[in-house]
Amino acid sequence: MAGYADPGFDTLALHAGATPDATGARAVPIHLTTSFVFESSEHAASLFNLERAGHVYSRISNPTNAVLEQRISALEGGVGAISVASGQAALHLCIATLMGAGSHIVASTALYGGSQNLLHYTLRRFGIETTFVRPGDLDGWRAAVRPNTKLFFGETVGNPGLDVLNTPEVAAIAHAAGVPLLVDSTLTSPWLAQPLSQGADLVYHSATKFLSGHGTVIGGLVVDGGSFDWDASGKFPELSAPYEGFHNMVFTEEASVGAFLLRARREGLRDFGACLSPHSAWLILQGIETLSLRMERHMRNTQRVVEFLASHPLVSRVGHPMLESHPDHALAQKLLPRGAGSVFSFDIKGSRAQGQAFVEALKVFSHLANVGDCRSLVIHPASTTHFRMDDEALAKGGISQGTIRLSIGLEEADDLLDDLKRALRAAEKAGA
Amino acid sequence: MHIQVNNAALYCYTGGKPLDADKPTVVFIHGVLNDHSVWILQSRYFANHGWNVLALDLPGHCRSGGTPAKSVEEAADWVIALLDAVGASKAALVGHSFGSLVALEAAGRAPERVSHLVLVGTAHPMQVSPALIDASLNAPQKALDMVNVFSRATLAPPPSALGPGTWIYGASMALGKKVLASNKDFNLFHTGFVACDSYRNGENAMERVTCPTLFVLGEVDQMTPPKAARSLIAKARQGKVVMLPGGHHQMTETPEPMLKALVDFLQPS
Repeated sequence: MAGYADPGFDTLALHAGATPDATGARAVPIHLTTSFVFESSEHAASLFNLERAGHVYSRISNPTNAVLEQRISALEGGVGAISVASGQAALHLCIATLMGAGSHIVASTALYGGSQNLLHYTLRRFGIETTFVRPGDLDGWRAAVRPNTKLFFGETVGNPGLDVLNTPEVAAIAHAAGVPLLVDSTLTSPWLAQPLSQGADLVYHSATKFLSGHGTVIGGLVVDGGSFDWDASGKFPELSAPYEGFHNMVFTEEASVGAFLLRARREGLRDFGACLSPHSAWLILQGIETLSLRMERHMRNTQRVVEFLASHPLVSRVGHPMLESHPDHALAQKLLPRGAGSVFSFDIKGSRAQGQAFVEALKVFSHLANVGDCRSLVIHPASTTHFRMDDEALAKGGISQGTIRLSIGLEEADDLLDDLKRALRAAEKAGA
Repeated sequence: MHIQVNNAALYCYTGGKPLDADKPTVVFIHGVLNDHSVWILQSRYFANHGWNVLALDLPGHCRSGGTPAKSVEEAADWVIALLDAVGASKAALVGHSFGSLVALEAAGRAPERVSHLVLVGTAHPMQVSPALIDASLNAPQKALDMVNVFSRATLAPPPSALGPGTWIYGASMALGKKVLASNKDFNLFHTGFVACDSYRNGENAMERVTCPTLFVLGEVDQMTPPKAARSLIAKARQGKVVMLPGGHHQMTETPEPMLKALVDFLQPS
């Protein structure tokens, strides 16, 4: 068998990490087993001591999950990945691996509400503080750095205003401060953005969204780019000093690249335990196999919907970077040439009641709390995903009481437009 | 740990163990634009199975000080000097790719100091195409891409150095970039390739080797195809060949057969 040439994205999305096993099964088998039999006592000891690589217990690793981890690594251009129970578990794993009490994070204001909660409320209880900075405020990122800062964090396109993270510039500021940049690429998926190639050091996904793509599974993935020099930074004894929890292993000596992954798996999955079910891993793999096809259609439909809404008299604002009116239009053209995603928000002129009438009149769009489904979705952020935020915090995130968030699916674009027209008529009537 | 050799501090991964004069010693030598970490599974295994392990970063690479060797012969002298520095009268030498030539040359120069010789992904001559040598100097990223593509044999490698979930081709790219960036004064990529390409003493060295020699070759290795090792195999007095079902990433793409080959050779039961 000759070696592979240099497979492209679509080939990797189907084949990376998987090959028919001894049974000849062409699809990736689901290894629903908690544990794996050792060949001998010697084999067991070697696996536990990381002298040999293999599977021991499915909280730490599993063959089905390993296929998913290799596949997302291949698509993101990383050195490896860890699959976890949810996108929130992915964010927590990154933070808990890199820091403890007394540490500080600089994060974008334009974050998913759950991430904002974790940083602003929950982690503070554990002694980790966060300073929030508008994603486009480069001086703000720089000024927010403290001696105890351990991480920069943002989303490729910030939920729900679609602020585009200037990944190369923010990464440069982070690196000058000796800290890595973690990027949540959930809304873009690797088909639209590959943050590691733009300077980010760690990337994570809520695989629940576009990667799985069918609204059937909760999961998360963390990918390490292997580019950050933990030793040179001097800020990460978690990786560069002996770790008592594993025979005084120095992770950066064991792994010149990918030290983060070693600790995140050996400590994070071992001790925090937010592992992903192999069945869920398989569902996410099924989604990734058609990621390109779906993302292309998501973007085509999004363009039709954005153009329709932008020209409708009852709509006061459409927040998508494909429009020249969006403040990050030029940046999106540069960093996200295939598009800035199919999740965006718009504002209806009129009262909150009119907004509710709009949502309730939709028939093709489903009213629920998710994005990145193959079906089109709608939600009112101020009363749901961001309900814990006060008006000031909402405004910082670009959200008003009248904001509606859409996640454009794969239906016929004409049917989506008909649904929106009907709902806008209902909103108009509600205001009469 | 760092060991003072020829006025330079050479980094050697020891598996976290102190050196013990009562144990046999094995030296792992990496290839071009690699470092000690490519041997992590094998070196960690032997460090926990009765051996002193010295998986070095070659001079001028990553954690090691010193000036990078410009030739295989110069690198071989560093390895012998390393044995002197740790007081090892004898050691097993295990080298991959460029490192295999270094191990071979060292074993030829000081046959009495070498108990076992293992040449992984080896070839002689180890010619590098002019296009690749040129790219290593003028377009290192492109050259790194080319080497990575030539080195792999599967899109589904087994659990490897970082455990399950490792994408070893991404890891190889990241390591290459890190090693290249580790020395601002020398292009380690170009220096290494030129040293490989210009080495012609392999057969003479092989004739001087007195210890058993193991050749570990990748069946579909496009960087160092098995047939390119024939001249060395023919000269080996106590030669043994093990073919692995993979390419040039023997340590990470086929880690279990690689380990078995080493264990069978270095510490047969």
